[in-house]
Amino acid sequence: MPAEPERKPSEKSRLMTLLGGAILGTLSLATPLVLAALGETVVQRAGVVNVGLEGMMLIGAFAAFVGTEMSASLPGHIAGNSPNPYIGLIAAALAGVCVALLFALFVVKLTANQVVVGVVVNLMALGLTGTLLRTLPRPEGGFLNTQALPQILFSLNLLTPIAFLAVPAVWWWLFRTRRGLELRACGEQPTAAEASGIPVLRRRTAAILFGGGMAGLAGAFLSVGDVPTFQEGMSAGRGFIALAIVTSGRWNPWGCLAAALVFGFMDRLQIQGQAMGLHLPHDLLLAAPYVATLLILTLGSGWSQSPASLGRPYRRV
Amino acid sequence: MSERPEPMSETAPAPADVDSPTLPTSPKRSFAGIVRGLLVAAAYLLGFVLLLMLTFVVLRIPPLVALHSLWTGAFGDARSGHLPAFSDTLIETTPLLLTSLGVVVSWRAGLFSIGGEGQLLVGALAATALAKYGTNLPAPLLTLLMIVSAGAAGGLWGALAGWLRVRRNVQEVISTIMLNYVAKFLVSWLVLGVLQEHTYHNPQSESLPNALLFTRLLPRQWSDNSQTSLHLGVPLAFVFVPVIALLLFRTKFGFALRVMGQNPDAARTAKFPVDRMRVQAMALSGALCGLAGVIELLGSATGSLPASAFSPGWGYTAVPVALLGGLTPMGALFSALFFGALTQGCRNLSQFQDVPTVLIYLVQAMAVLAVVGARAWNARRTGKEAE
Repeated sequence: MPAEPERKPSEKSRLMTLLGGAILGTLSLATPLVLAALGETVVQRAGVVNVGLEGMMLIGAFAAFVGTEMSASLPGHIAGNSPNPYIGLIAAALAGVCVALLFALFVVKLTANQVVVGVVVNLMALGLTGTLLRTLPRPEGGFLNTQALPQILFSLNLLTPIAFLAVPAVWWWLFRTRRGLELRACGEQPTAAEASGIPVLRRRTAAILFGGGMAGLAGAFLSVGDVPTFQEGMSAGRGFIALAIVTSGRWNPWGCLAAALVFGFMDRLQIQGQAMGLHLPHDLLLAAPYVATLLILTLGSGWSQSPASLGRPYRRV
Repeated sequence: MSERPEPMSETAPAPADVDSPTLPTSPKRSFAGIVRGLLVAAAYLLGFVLLLMLTFVVLRIPPLVALHSLWTGAFGDARSGHLPAFSDTLIETTPLLLTSLGVVVSWRAGLFSIGGEGQLLVGALAATALAKYGTNLPAPLLTLLMIVSAGAAGGLWGALAGWLRVRRNVQEVISTIMLNYVAKFLVSWLVLGVLQEHTYHNPQSESLPNALLFTRLLPRQWSDNSQTSLHLGVPLAFVFVPVIALLLFRTKFGFALRVMGQNPDAARTAKFPVDRMRVQAMALSGALCGLAGVIELLGSATGSLPASAFSPGWGYTAVPVALLGGLTPMGALFSALFFGALTQGCRNLSQFQDVPTVLIYLVQAMAVLAVVGARAWNARRTGKEAE
């Protein structure tokens, strides 16, 4: 990233600008994917498939938007009398946790089918945000707008370092701590885990709540990140890409990071290509995450590393 | 229900895990059974109406006015006639019905596919491609071939997920989601590429000649000389309700499929070809969804496939629809009709009140959660009593 524009833009500096833009763009596009995929990795390691990731992100995005707007009316010493996107972040994480609580109630407590509840969460998020959107005061021109998160590192906001620092943190927790081991046991052999004194249901619930909070933050990146606005259905399939990332990253935070960066780069390439008028087959680039995941699953032994009890409800006997 | 000791690779979670054991495994035939079923359906309906009214109250819309508006949107009124509105409702029901029948087939087999969306899209895509390159065929034959090719394409798309499950042990939940998106981008790539209409102005495929499209069934005289939308594809779709019901509950294959869904180990012990049946179930499920795609295409006014937003998510909505229907074909029919009517009604309502049509998703979600929750609660309670 060039610190300041040179007086005579040479070929080299233009290249550097392009490269810097590509790197920052990739990091930025990968941020929500990393956040959501890390949360889902923990959830799936505990043995639960959360297909409702997309909906949780959407609700997070909405909550971040509304939270930021409403923070202006909080007492001055909290938010400074103006829309504060950090309040929005907190709102998004809380909203994600709330939806996750509902998900956990059905999936863990009532042992309902995880796929059903996930699909329902997605429908509910679409309906809820779309309906509530009508109740928001609309400015003249009808374009919803709010305060964006400040850029703290070049053009990146706080969420990007959070996301990338969370990768080693989650990896360390999952694979180097006792709690992490216990959580993975809940996803592999819940009966054995319970027998050795691990409260499987409580651990699964905690994992789901963590996943919800992360999905909420990922959603916040969409509504108060680069483009501070909210649109109906703005998560636009990113929750499903995050699912693809968890699978192709083989339920490992580092794998998720690699997959998220690759897919973020492809997305960036697609956007850049369109901006520069290149005739890239951008639909094919958009399909890349899904095709890549399918190929990994088809050609490699991709699925063999999945948690053994993934997707199966656990009932205490 | 106890935890099965085998690893995931060996068994699928049976639908018995999905719903309560009270889920009917075959259609009830006794009079008392029918009465009981009707009572339960009436109770659900009443619950839905209350839920809707509550939602309207929260949104500060007079609930009775809104309900009336929903009703006239779905079934018409004396002034504008009942036929146009009701035929629109049936049109809205059709793709939901076929995709949810697909869900019934795969979920009964213990395969939690949510790939209806992608299968529907590839079905419509295959038919569109055939229409472009098969223009020298006579119209009725080409229409028939389009329908067959859509079923085949959807079936292949489904079978792919089945194959991944059987050979690579990939859970169909994940693979079908991936395939949905691959299908979505495949459609937009091809429709904006080789299949685009000849002027290259609109992001859609060529309009089809009227001879290829489904004929409208009702004569104009029946509805004040205006054309009602009901087309041949609607009865064609409805035929699959008894077909799938017979297949699932009156044939050996259907029995084996349901046994496999309840308990794959039992199916293996009984020497059922579990692997082959899994692929077959996914293929059949996909074929139904592919048919939904082509029927929607051939029932539309122009028959051209848009590059995006061809389906408002029927393939996903199909899961709650099928589930509310208790995973039976007849149940799916009533459930699809109900949500078709609700969608059509909500469209009418949104013209008069500031209500988005996505409100239906919210209502649908709450309804499914209520039903799933009640069933799961029941199962827990009875499970505890049994012990």
